Amino acid sequence: MNTLKNDLSRTTTVINELGIHARPAARIAAIASAARSDVRLRKNGEQADATSIIDILSLACFKGTVVTLEISHPEDMPVLNKIIDLFERGFEE
Amino acid sequence: MQSDVREMILKGISGSPGICIGKAYLVDKEGVDVIEKYSISPEAVRKEVDRFKTAVTKARNELEDTIKRVPEELRHHAAILETHLLLHKDKMFYGKIIDMIKIRMINAEWALKETTAQTKAMFNDISDPYLKSRAADIEHVAERIMGNLVGIKAVNIAGIDKRVILVAHNLSPAQTSQIQLEKVMGFITDRGGRASHTSIIARTLEIPAVLGLDNATSIIKNDNIIIVDGTAGIVIVHPEEETLIRYDELAKKYAQRKADILRTSVRPAESIDGQAFSIMGNIELPEEVVAVKDHGGDGIGLYRTEFLYMNRDTFPDEQELFNQYKEVAELMYPQPVTIRTLDVNGDKAILGMETPDEANPALGLRAIRFCLQKPGMFKTQFRAILRAAAFGNVRVLLPMISGSEEIHETLKIIDQAAESLEKDGFPYNRNIKTGIMIEVPSAAIIADQLADMVDFFSIGTNDLVQYTLAIDRGNRQVAYLYNTLHPAVIRMIKFVVDAGKKKQIKTFMCGEMAAEIFNLPILMGIGIDALSMAPQSIPSVKNMIRKISVSESRLFLKEVLKQTSAADTMQLITDTYGKTLTNGIYHT
Repeated sequence: MNTLKNDLSRTTTVINELGIHARPAARIAAIASAARSDVRLRKNGEQADATSIIDILSLACFKGTVVTLEISHPEDMPVLNKIIDLFERGFEE
Repeated sequence: MQSDVREMILKGISGSPGICIGKAYLVDKEGVDVIEKYSISPEAVRKEVDRFKTAVTKARNELEDTIKRVPEELRHHAAILETHLLLHKDKMFYGKIIDMIKIRMINAEWALKETTAQTKAMFNDISDPYLKSRAADIEHVAERIMGNLVGIKAVNIAGIDKRVILVAHNLSPAQTSQIQLEKVMGFITDRGGRASHTSIIARTLEIPAVLGLDNATSIIKNDNIIIVDGTAGIVIVHPEEETLIRYDELAKKYAQRKADILRTSVRPAESIDGQAFSIMGNIELPEEVVAVKDHGGDGIGLYRTEFLYMNRDTFPDEQELFNQYKEVAELMYPQPVTIRTLDVNGDKAILGMETPDEANPALGLRAIRFCLQKPGMFKTQFRAILRAAAFGNVRVLLPMISGSEEIHETLKIIDQAAESLEKDGFPYNRNIKTGIMIEVPSAAIIADQLADMVDFFSIGTNDLVQYTLAIDRGNRQVAYLYNTLHPAVIRMIKFVVDAGKKKQIKTFMCGEMAAEIFNLPILMGIGIDALSMAPQSIPSVKNMIRKISVSESRLFLKEVLKQTSAADTMQLITDTYGKTLTNGIYHT
């Protein structure tokens, strides 16, 4: 496995009951907007721009969906970790 | 004035249960739909973009004001408005519209309308109903901007000064947040479904709502007297006097019953003739224990353990499993927690493991069959369960058992798990009660033999019915044949319970059948010992049990067993228990 690529992406599962609806999407987008380069959300080969609520919503991530979050630059690691943390806490819903 | 108008019944979707009678108050923004399309000259493009930007800024300011004015009790719903605030500037929306104005040289209204339509179309491909209905969020944002572009004044709900029933085409979260709760008795909307925002808010506030009425806003006029029956999903316009009296009584009864149920949900479920039934909750995550307790559950009748195994690269380790099981066991103590071992099936691919393509996954490598092929993984789960059993009242439940060999093999693995724990010096409890799911017809038919090998049975009706009737519930062509009241199903359940009683072991039921109150007279007559269901169903099931006599239900069962079809059985239930059931249904 490509370790470098691995370092820049993390995989998690959507655990909150209602999935990634507008509110979680907005929280992701708000954090992703602070990144210095692209942040992408991937699901089954599809991808979304993590700074766009609409793009995130269009991925249709419901409860149980496995998603991969990917950054393009190591400096954005805090962004990656913050968003993954949100996923893991079920967006505090 | 009312003499020439006829009583009219409108049918919609039940958004939130309850009944209210009152005057209609229409909230709508007519005219916004008529959008003109026109070209703009190259010189005017910049001005047009600015016009759009101004409308967005104004919309954002208005929304910020609204957020500030959200009453304290609805503060947590205001988060959706904060989201809308961000949506205004979303690049897939805001950026796209500006590009469209520039490139196609069209007016801002049209660009907005078209982008909104495109975005909404994207949501139509989403199958999840909740996520799909998020298209409404885009629509609300667009509406507000459009209102500013074309200059329409939004109706201000905050100004309502009497107790009313709100009638709207579609209530936006912004509108709902402005509502003074004490002034609103119910909601009616043309659009929306059970997953819509209006429905969620109405249920939170526990006021009735009927949605998806299509044309309520064109039929109902301001100040019309209307009846909202949120339980049945109907609205009655211009009710006649008798109807009013009838519903007034129903509304009072409903309120009374709701209060009763809440007060009594923690009390035991005891039949009229004094037999107690254990009513437990089904859970998947430790967090759900709270819901079971809040709804008066007598324990966990089904703790699904798939969650920790899903979507990861390795099997969960023993400590991770143990921590979760222990938490649930401790939270529930002294009440029982029934942990079902890994029950993976076709829908739930685990570990991204490429499960071989199976023509019939429901009849394939799943549940106990899968686990017995992975004895190491299975042993890990048992070690975690046995360790957790040292901290609470834990039982273990084996899914998809079809014959005695599977039980033998599994018991051996449990013994090995116990031996290894002994060697490793962990505290554990080997005297754990072991039960099997009765969901494969073969297991039901030899229940008398299997009863010698285990401590309890748990009937999983969803699969048992599916396998017995050879019906795939997911297949629309045949789903109508799926019926828990099929005589074969009732006989099979009775046989299992009787076999258990002969060998002095208890039989539980944890499928959907257990939560439907019209099944209770039959299940009580059969002599089932405990039921487990979604936590929210517990109060109404407990309440229903308190209205039924076991000795009567035994006589009733004799009649049921004579019926030759599910329809006849249903008729018999309605004839015998109809009144009790209707009263019961009204508080679900």
